[in-house]
Amino acid sequence: MMSRILAPAQLENLEELVEFVSHCAREKGFEQKRVSEIEIAAEEAFVNIINYAYRHMGSAGDIEVQCGFEDSERFIIEITDSGIPFNVLNVAEPDISSDVSHRKIGGLGIFFMKKLMDEVCYKYIEGKNVLTLVVNKA
Amino acid sequence: MEIGTKEKSNAIIISVQGRLDAATSPQFDKAFSELISKGSRTFLLNMGDLEYISSAGLRSILAAAKQLKEKQGTIFFVGLRGPVEEVFKISGFYSIFQIFDTEEDALAHM
Repeated sequence: MMSRILAPAQLENLEELVEFVSHCAREKGFEQKRVSEIEIAAEEAFVNIINYAYRHMGSAGDIEVQCGFEDSERFIIEITDSGIPFNVLNVAEPDISSDVSHRKIGGLGIFFMKKLMDEVCYKYIEGKNVLTLVVNKA
Repeated sequence: MEIGTKEKSNAIIISVQGRLDAATSPQFDKAFSELISKGSRTFLLNMGDLEYISSAGLRSILAAAKQLKEKQGTIFFVGLRGPVEEVFKISGFYSIFQIFDTEEDALAHM
């Protein structure tokens, strides 16, 4: 069974959205370390939507999240918005070796998402961005 | 998130508690900028009670470090653990910053 939440894509709802995902992961038996990694990846996805997805529209749309085990092995977090099409998988990896003066600010969010999750999938379906974060059962 | 500051051996020790994320990082930016504008140049960021940090938190830390570097200041980090330590490693922050186990170790290197 998938749990579901829908909230306007606004920073004030970030905590509730992250808490929803982390509660779901904890309930499904993930240990604290993995739950933290899931929270980080989910936050990055939410913040991207909050900051960019609806910017061209004047008013903010929603973020829909569903999470749960897709089958016995894969826990999935499916994040949907109806904002501007944006494939996170096309974003170039940041340079993580430059020193403080040369290091670019930003660009780490999507990198974290890819590093911390077992799989990240993106689809654009019927006017919606659908981002799926996959966590394999431990 | 809670931010505490104290002064020791000419360094400002900042303790960050709780979560440094997209919602709380503006509060961190503000606190840090105020300290820099008051003239503080040597900082020690104690993250022993920080439970969680996301890329928004790292962004704030990098921005603070850049401001300090322009003013010939320095920042040291102590008490990294759990997911905070992991995020520092993945992002490469572990190799661009000076990180110590305890406040005493860091102060001894100043």
